[in-house]
Amino acid sequence: MDYFLNENQQIIRDLARRIADERVMPVRAELDEKGEFPWDIMRTIAQSDMMAINIPTEYGGLGMGGFEFILAVEELSRACLGVSTTFAANALGTYPILLYGSEKQKKKYLPDIASGKRLVAFALTEATAGSDAAGVQTTAKLEGNEYVLNGTKQWITNGGEAEIYTVIAMTDKNRGARGASAFVVEKDTPGFSFGKKEDKLGIRASSTRELVFENCRIPKENLIARQGMGFIVAMKTLDKSRTGVGAQGVGVAQGAFDASALYAKERHQFGTPVISFQAVQHMLANMATEIEAARSLVYSVSRYVDGGAKDVSKESAMAKLFATDVAMKVTVDAVQVMGGSGYMKEYPVEKMMRDAKILQIYEGTNQIQRNVIGQSLIKETAKKK
Amino acid sequence: MKIVVCIKQVPDTAEIKINPETNTLMREGVPSIINPFDLHALEAAVRLKEQRTVRVTVLTMGPPQAEGALREAISLGADDAVLLSDRAFAGSDTWATSYTLAKAISTIGADIVLCGKQAIDGDTAQVGPETAEFLDIPHISYVRKIESVEDTMIKVQRLMDEGYDVVQSSLPVLLTVVKELNIPRMPSIRGILQSKKCEIRTLGKDDINADENDLGLKGSPTQVKNIFAPESTAEKKMIEGTAEEKVESLLGELKKIKCL
Repeated sequence: MDYFLNENQQIIRDLARRIADERVMPVRAELDEKGEFPWDIMRTIAQSDMMAINIPTEYGGLGMGGFEFILAVEELSRACLGVSTTFAANALGTYPILLYGSEKQKKKYLPDIASGKRLVAFALTEATAGSDAAGVQTTAKLEGNEYVLNGTKQWITNGGEAEIYTVIAMTDKNRGARGASAFVVEKDTPGFSFGKKEDKLGIRASSTRELVFENCRIPKENLIARQGMGFIVAMKTLDKSRTGVGAQGVGVAQGAFDASALYAKERHQFGTPVISFQAVQHMLANMATEIEAARSLVYSVSRYVDGGAKDVSKESAMAKLFATDVAMKVTVDAVQVMGGSGYMKEYPVEKMMRDAKILQIYEGTNQIQRNVIGQSLIKETAKKK
Repeated sequence: MKIVVCIKQVPDTAEIKINPETNTLMREGVPSIINPFDLHALEAAVRLKEQRTVRVTVLTMGPPQAEGALREAISLGADDAVLLSDRAFAGSDTWATSYTLAKAISTIGADIVLCGKQAIDGDTAQVGPETAEFLDIPHISYVRKIESVEDTMIKVQRLMDEGYDVVQSSLPVLLTVVKELNIPRMPSIRGILQSKKCEIRTLGKDDINADENDLGLKGSPTQVKNIFAPESTAEKKMIEGTAEEKVESLLGELKKIKCL
């Protein structure tokens, strides 16, 4: 379907598609097998200005919107979710600075982020704080001109590889969610080290690691926004990034669909291509329809967010929820369409099925997304009375 | 420092068909690409630009549609582009092409001229070195690595059958490069935006101070009489079996013909 992309948007989609086809597809199985961080691909992505897309021009970016960014995410996801997770997590880590950073912080960090010189990671999750983000135990105590950080962050995408970390820590535990603050912590700061590297079911090319803070002292000026605004920074960041996860869902579903449709055309049983069987056709028809519906929703919400809508929690949750549920279903069905071949590592769909599962879990489980939507519905109905 | 990269727009040989009657390439409907070896030359130039102050001009001789190749080169990091295009250039062989390119390079000015080792359509590998001769500057062919570049000197590795030579030359110099030199980059978004709006300078015969008698068909000593695929007369034998059996019988065959 034609989504009437403008010239810039077409340029970005086509270039991301080319990078996906020429640089990602040939190595994705190997990256998955070895669990190897895709540094070469990240350098290619950076050199192509993909990390500059939604950074304002005054900080060395291209000054385009979130929609242009998710077009790139979708295309990379079509080839490999491990790569696109690395790319999207970089943007996720950047949002706190982009949305709430001071002029000084923006000038200091955004140009290096736009050029891809330094990768970024976002650190909220802890052993005791997953869906319940208020369970954060990491503390940041103001001592003179420094904050002293203590605690351990868990399952941090780009952990160990990124050089800039946006970290949520408690500055006042007694105030609960209002006692959290956001900080920038640079790699190599004394007291900041990396723990266990996770061995995952999917997105194995991406790095997932523990961040350990032991009396890690950072300058006071690394506080993002004001003390106590940490959860607002985190929630607004997630509001912005959810359409990106939705785009990942659309991309991986499209990749799985393309592989299975092609296979169904070439695979013969009972003397005829299996695509000629209605049972297979109906599966493919459902998959194609769901992908297009997901894409339409993700694109619409992304354009809505870029249009300057004030509260986008409900819509961005819908886009993330729907597109990632579609991704899971479509990748499972792609394996089914391909039968035994689909189950084998020789073909890409088993990896896509393993990869897709994370989309229903990270950046807010799909159950949490339904909570977000539900709470918005309650507010809306209250207003109607 | 000024670098001129010579590129050629060629038919994508992955998609090419040969006219069985004339034995010539059927160019109609075949997508055009930048000659792959030239992409390595361009990449080398753009990498030098990242190290020092360099202006990279990309140059091609061809019909007006060759502008597409120049715009692609801009998207890959070239600063500006020159199209050598004139009816008088039509029918040039490698000699006339080299003469015309040399005249254009003299007009533009260059400290380093970079070319691919050969074009994948003609495969002569003559135009680079011949251009250096017309420019009366040294050339180093089959460059696989640029070791260092100074204001008046360059040091490179030249790929040989067994290993490589380290060659040093004064500037200006012309290099022809092999694919081992680098991995060409993807275009950048900024580069593509720039390539769409940038102006392509066109030079004709009057702009480059060329002698008309040395241009195009008139200036080409090569006359193509006939093009044909050479018939293979060598004896062929297919060796079958498992890997071990194949190795065994290959060794036997090689010994039989006294190769081993």
